[in-house]
Amino acid sequence: MKKDIRFLLVGIFFGIVLTKAQVVSWFRIYEMFRFESFHMYGIIGTAVVTGIILVQFIKRTKHKSVDGLEIFIEEKPKTYKANLLGGIIFGLGWALVGACPGPLYILIGGGFFAVIIVILSAIFGTFLYGLLRDKLPH
Amino acid sequence: MEKLIYEPWPWYLAGVLITVNVYLLLYLGKKFGISTGFKTSCSVLGAGKVASFFNYNWKEERWLLVYILGTIIGGFIAFQFMNGDAPVLVSESTKLALEKLNIVPNQSFLPSEIYGLEFFSIKRLLILVVGGLLIGFGTRWADGCTSGHAISGLSNLQLPSLVAVIGFFIGGLLMTFVFIPLIFK
Repeated sequence: MKKDIRFLLVGIFFGIVLTKAQVVSWFRIYEMFRFESFHMYGIIGTAVVTGIILVQFIKRTKHKSVDGLEIFIEEKPKTYKANLLGGIIFGLGWALVGACPGPLYILIGGGFFAVIIVILSAIFGTFLYGLLRDKLPH
Repeated sequence: MEKLIYEPWPWYLAGVLITVNVYLLLYLGKKFGISTGFKTSCSVLGAGKVASFFNYNWKEERWLLVYILGTIIGGFIAFQFMNGDAPVLVSESTKLALEKLNIVPNQSFLPSEIYGLEFFSIKRLLILVVGGLLIGFGTRWADGCTSGHAISGLSNLQLPSLVAVIGFFIGGLLMTFVFIPLIFK
């Protein structure tokens, strides 16, 4: 329970950041895919560059987690076909509803209750993937 | 300080704070990736009985559900107390493009033409349902979304994540330039 509160607090922080930077706006995503604003590229670019520095720092200093264990960053499996094809499918949805999974939840907090339909549908979409998984290229 | 609370945040601040979020989760022994929550939800709802993909100990991902609950509260706080619903001012060229689609620019965060609940519309419902299906199916097939691939994966210099992000953009550009004009004509 006490551990849960930490995750709740980090989530609150993330929700505020994405809202205040307007990442959760359909309009910002539309503008990004039209290459008509630097805003989203600036955010993702800064996050990736500082993220690379962070990961290198963690690996080189053998930085420890709260439990005293060395932080281990798991590598993504090399399923390039799935990464590309699934990525395209996700990109279609992202540009249509203008929100990726994080923002979808944050928007509920903003009172946009229609996003609940998107979330329930996304859970069902993930379920469909689970059913068809063996038939899809990976 | 007042400016920080009430005005939209610049990209560099948001970018750095997203990395702070990544660090906090790593420090707590977890990895940043939000679309996994859809899979967790399937497992919680008993999908493991039908597909082995969901048959695992979802309790290990309980923290993610708590984190997601936090993001909802964060959204609430920002919208209620930090002027979160200030109009989103887009560039002039985006404005012109929106007008062609009959979508009013500079509303709050979401266009009422898609998300409005003031009347029932089959078209809107279809957009939301199909959009959700694409997001849920695509993220799991790609093994991650913007958080897991574009942020965590690229930060760790992983090729699968770069491939996935290229896919995100192929799909996003197709939707923006080919399908959205057809849908909103």
